[in-house]
Amino acid sequence: MKNVKVLGTGCANCKNTLALVEAVSREKGVQIALEKVEDLPSIMGYGVMSTPGVVIDGVVVHAGGVPARSKVESWF
Amino acid sequence: MSAQSQVTISPVLTRWLVGIPVAIALWVLAYGYLMEFANAVIAALQLSRETQFGEAVHFFFYDTPKVLLLLAGIVFVMGIVQTFFAPERTRALLSGRRVGVGNVLAATLGIVTPFCSCSAVPLFIGFLSAGVPLGVTFSFLISAPMVNEVALVLLFGMFGWKVAALYLMMGLLVAIVAGFVIGKLKMERFLEDWVQKIQAGQVSPHVGEAMTWVERFEAGRDHVRQIVGKVWPYILLGIGLGAAIHGYVPEDFMASFMGKDVWWAVPAAVLLGVPMYTNAAGIIPIVEALIGKGAALGTVLAFMMAVIALSAPEMIILRKALKPTLIATFAGVVATGILLVGYVFNFLL
Repeated sequence: MKNVKVLGTGCANCKNTLALVEAVSREKGVQIALEKVEDLPSIMGYGVMSTPGVVIDGVVVHAGGVPARSKVESWF
Repeated sequence: MSAQSQVTISPVLTRWLVGIPVAIALWVLAYGYLMEFANAVIAALQLSRETQFGEAVHFFFYDTPKVLLLLAGIVFVMGIVQTFFAPERTRALLSGRRVGVGNVLAATLGIVTPFCSCSAVPLFIGFLSAGVPLGVTFSFLISAPMVNEVALVLLFGMFGWKVAALYLMMGLLVAIVAGFVIGKLKMERFLEDWVQKIQAGQVSPHVGEAMTWVERFEAGRDHVRQIVGKVWPYILLGIGLGAAIHGYVPEDFMASFMGKDVWWAVPAAVLLGVPMYTNAAGIIPIVEALIGKGAALGTVLAFMMAVIALSAPEMIILRKALKPTLIATFAGVVATGILLVGYVFNFLL
């Protein structure tokens, strides 16, 4: 099971990213543990500068804006 | 994902390369027929520009397509330009810059770097942790929301290139000088403690992503969808108000209390602007209404800058990283800058 974290302080784009990741993983039938990180020090701990960011199993795979659907699909 | 360096032109790219020149040709053609279009609408509605109502309708049907065309064009171009200036890139350009040159560069890069006020804090800390001086970071943070393409296009479309150019220059000047002053005040110790700790730390390497041109064009298109989709109601409202004023309200209506001879108008405008929060598009209807009724340009621009650059929600977000003293200094320095801009404008024009 993949551990997916969406980093963001709660803006609209962060919510869209979360929804997109959820939808794509469900479509593909991949089990994930989805988590939203809103706490700033933790976000900064990943070195992400523009939110929303996406972290999969501890690795930053995306930062800055809602990721393209094709990109999300490539993660699962 | 990184092995896309082959110079083969994909069908998708070909579509863009054909589509863009066609779109440009259509754009230029449409822009050239704005007056004819408005005249045709007036004729179709059997109105005359001699009447007040006819003149107002004509104004509306001339200005709306003009501003929307300008906006779509510029936003598309800016969407592509922004793909070259990811925040990580801007940070790399700014790190280690000296105060002065750094402030100018930061304010300028603020125009082209994509920025959303919700990531103001991560950006702020990201800059500091890479060794960008505090004052230079502030120059960026002030310029990025205030001097943006939407504000400039709207000012250009509604008030002409002089007002847009003045806004651009004054906005940059406020950002440069305010950042410079904050840098000189040596306020690093007024950052929250957790920020100071990170600052001493490392810069994590960015996951490099080489973009293809197709992706850049798509970014431009998405930018247009996102921005124009969000701001068109404000534009219609702004132009509608402008049209009504244009047709009916006598000019100089506001001159008595927002004219250039009223010394307290500028500080009042700035104070009024701080608690208000909206983006550049949202403020334009108000600006249009004020200027249309004879308010002084400096007063109105000061109001506009205060609304966009100093907002309560942004301060609350920044509070997570800055101690109250630094927030107060930031607000005070920027407000003073805007105040001066307002007075200078009113004095010169």
